[in-house]
Amino acid sequence: MSNPQATVNKLLTWSSVDGPGNRLVLFLQGCNFACAACHNPYTIGVCNDCGDCLPVCEPRALTMQGGRVKFDADLCTQCDKCTDICPISASPMVRRMSVDQVIATIRDHAHFLTGITVSGGEATMQLKFLTALFAAMGEDPALSNLTRFVDTNGHLGAKGWARLMPVMDGAMLDIKALDPALHRDLTGQELDKTLRAARLLKDAGKLFELRYLLVPGVTDKPDQITTLIDFTRSLGGQTRIRLNAFQHHGVRGHALDWPPMQRAGVEAVADRLRAADTGEVATPALYL
Amino acid sequence: MSDTQDRLRQIVSDPTLSPAQKRGYLAVEAENMLPYPALDADVVEALEARLICDMYEGHAPYRPRYVLPDYAVVLRDGSSWLELEAPRDLDEAISTLQIAYHHVPSITGMPVFLGDLDALLLPFCEGVTDDDLYKKIKLFWRYLDRVLPDAFMHANIGPSDNRVARAILRVDAELGQIAPNLTFKYDPEVSTPDILRLATANIAKCSKPQIANHPVHAATFDDRGYGIVSCYNALPLCGGSSTLTRINLKKVAESAENEQDFFDRALPCAIDLNFRLTQARIDHLYEKSGFFQSFLAQEGWINPDRFTAMYGIFAMAEAVNLLQDQAGRAGRYGFDDAANALGHRISKHLADAVAARPMRHVWQGRAMLHSQAGLSNDVDATPGVRIPYGTEPDPVSHVRALAPHHAFYGSGISEILTIDETVKQNPEALFQLCKGAFAEGFREFTANVASNDLVRVTGYMVRLSDIEKFRACEGSRINTTALGAEAAEVTGILDRKPRVVAHEQSAGYGQ
Repeated sequence: MSNPQATVNKLLTWSSVDGPGNRLVLFLQGCNFACAACHNPYTIGVCNDCGDCLPVCEPRALTMQGGRVKFDADLCTQCDKCTDICPISASPMVRRMSVDQVIATIRDHAHFLTGITVSGGEATMQLKFLTALFAAMGEDPALSNLTRFVDTNGHLGAKGWARLMPVMDGAMLDIKALDPALHRDLTGQELDKTLRAARLLKDAGKLFELRYLLVPGVTDKPDQITTLIDFTRSLGGQTRIRLNAFQHHGVRGHALDWPPMQRAGVEAVADRLRAADTGEVATPALYL
Repeated sequence: MSDTQDRLRQIVSDPTLSPAQKRGYLAVEAENMLPYPALDADVVEALEARLICDMYEGHAPYRPRYVLPDYAVVLRDGSSWLELEAPRDLDEAISTLQIAYHHVPSITGMPVFLGDLDALLLPFCEGVTDDDLYKKIKLFWRYLDRVLPDAFMHANIGPSDNRVARAILRVDAELGQIAPNLTFKYDPEVSTPDILRLATANIAKCSKPQIANHPVHAATFDDRGYGIVSCYNALPLCGGSSTLTRINLKKVAESAENEQDFFDRALPCAIDLNFRLTQARIDHLYEKSGFFQSFLAQEGWINPDRFTAMYGIFAMAEAVNLLQDQAGRAGRYGFDDAANALGHRISKHLADAVAARPMRHVWQGRAMLHSQAGLSNDVDATPGVRIPYGTEPDPVSHVRALAPHHAFYGSGISEILTIDETVKQNPEALFQLCKGAFAEGFREFTANVASNDLVRVTGYMVRLSDIEKFRACEGSRINTTALGAEAAEVTGILDRKPRVVAHEQSAGYGQ
C-alpha cells in the first residue's frame, strides 16, 4: 500500500483556535501565496539545501550531509535564526511524516480530540498526502468519529477539490481581499480561484467558515466590507465568518508599516456583518 | 510588652482585618499557647525542620480539619438540638441548610462542605417553576458568598442532569462569586453530554466548576458516599478528615545520597515520622477534645468512625529533579519520560506505605494519600505532584505526564490546568480535554482560563481585583484574599504564564 509523506513544519496536539473543539493540527510546509501579512512566513518556502542557514546555527543543529541540510532536533535551542536568515522563507527544521506516522499519533491522542485540522503553509499543496490521510482516518473505526478539516487559501483547482471533498468534513477558507487588484497585491495570486473554491465548498456543504483578515486602511474600508457581505450573500444561506485582526506578531517586511488592527475596529465590522445577517460572526479572543 | 502580647496587639489593631477575621487569628494564637500533643524527639526535630508539616493546624486539635455532614439527615428529621422541624418546602429546606452550615466547624471555622445540593434540594422542588427555582438559588448563592465568605467552602452537584444542577450552573456563571467553590461529579453512564458541556462552558467563563471523575471516586469510597470539599479533597460523606499532614519531598530528596538511599532510607524514614505526627494529633482530637460528643454526632450528621487522615505530600517536582541531578540525568519532571516514571515510582511507594500502616481512630483503619496543594508561604516547592509554575507543557502533554499519579491519591490530587484565553471562544475544546483527562485516569479536572478575574490560587478562588485592592490596603471582606495576596507575593505566582497557584491554608497571622 502506498504511504504518502508530507513535509511537516509542526504538529500540535492541543489547539482551540483551529476549528471546533480540541484539534490536532498539522502545519504543512510550503505555500503558493506570498502574503505580506503572513504571521508564519517561515512556512511559505520549501528548503532548497542552499546551506545559508548553517553559519548562523550556534548549537550546530544544522549540518550539510550529501548536499542536503540535516537538522538535529536534540541540539536545537529554538533561536529561529535559521528561519530569519532564509532567503526563500523556508525552514530547515521540517520533518517528513508518512500517513501511517500521523495516523499513529492521532490514534494515541484520539480521546482528547474533536478532530484534526491540516493547516500550513497551504495544506492542499500536498494533496496526495492530505487525501490519503483523511481517507485513512475515515476507514479507521477508532478515528472515524473525528472531524477532518483543512485551513486553506482556496487556490486549489476544481479537480483537486473533487478529490479531497469526499474525505474532508470542512474547510476554513481564507479570503485576503475581495478586490482582484488588491488580492494580487497582497498575496501575489489571482482572486478568482479562491472565490470559485468558496462556492464549490459552500455548494457541497463543507464551508465551515470564511476567514477575513482585517488590516487597518487596507482591508477594513466600508466599501470592502460591503463587498464581503455581498459575496457572502451570493453563496446562499448563512455562512460563518471569522474576522481576524492583523497583528505584528510573527510578521516580517513592509507589512510591519501597517498598524495593528484594534478591537474597536473589529467590533464595528462584526456589527455590520451581524446586522446584514450573513451568519455567525466570530471575532478574535486575543489582541496581542 | 512580651512578644506574645506584641503579636496579639498587631492582630487587634490591624485595620485591614474585620473583627471576625481578627477573632480567627486570635484564636489560633491562643490555641498555640498550649503545649503540643506529646511527640518524640525525632518527630519534633522533623517538624521543626519542616521535613514534615502539620499545616499549622494548631497545637490542640479540637475539631476535625474537614467535616462533611450528611445534610440529608437534618432535611429529613430536622434537629432537636437546633429546635428545627423537618422542612416541608424549598424555602424551608434552603433556610434549614443556611442554619445548619453555621454549626459545622472546620479548620477555618467556616463549613467546607455544603452538600450534594441538587440531590438534597430536588425532593423539595416539585411544583416549583424553573423561574422560581432560579430566583431562590440566586438568593441562596448570594447569601453563601456574603455571609460565609470563604473560598474553601464547597458545593457538589451531579452526576445526574437535573433542574437544580442546571440552575446552580446558571447562577454560578452569572454571579462570578468566589464562594462557594463548586464541583460537578461526572459519570459518563449517568451525566448527559449536555450538562458536561454546560459545566465546561462555565469554566471558560469563571474557572468553575471543578469536575470530578465520579466513577473513580465512588470506587475509592463506600456506599455511604463521598464529597469534594475545600480544594481537591475527596473525603467520606457523614465524616471527613481529622487532620492533614504532609511530607516535603524536596527536603527528603535533599537528605538522600542518591536514588537508592532515597527509596531505602530517607523516604521510609519521613513516612514513619509523618505517621507518628498524624497519630498524635488524631489521638488528641478523639481522646481529649470532646468534639465527638457534640449534637452533630448524636443526631447522626456525622459518624465518628468516618473520619480519615489525609496523608499529604508536596514538592514532587523538586524531589524528582534533585534525584535526576544526583544521577547525572538531564531530563526534567513533567517533560522527560524517565523523570516522570521516577515520580510515578515515588507515588507508588507512598501509596503502598500508607496502605500498609494501621491507624487508630481513622476510617477503615488506614490514612489516605493526598497530593497537597501548598501553603501560602511555601517557597521553592511546587504543590503536590504538579509541574512547576510557568514551565507547564501544553494541556494534553500536561495531562499525560501526570495521569499515572492519580490512581495513588485517594483523598485527592491537586492539579490545575492553565488554558490560554482563546478557549473562551471554543468551550468544546475544554469539554474534549476533560473527557480525555478522565479517560487517562484523572480523578479531577480543574482548569483556569487566563484573563478571568476569578482565578484559582491553589484550589480556592480569588478575584485578581480583590488582591489589588488588598495590596492597596483597603482590606477585603473575603477571608481567602489575604492568603491569595500572600501567595502572590511570596511565590510570585501571578507573574507566571497564566495565573494559578497553590496553598491551602494560611500558617496564621503574618506568617
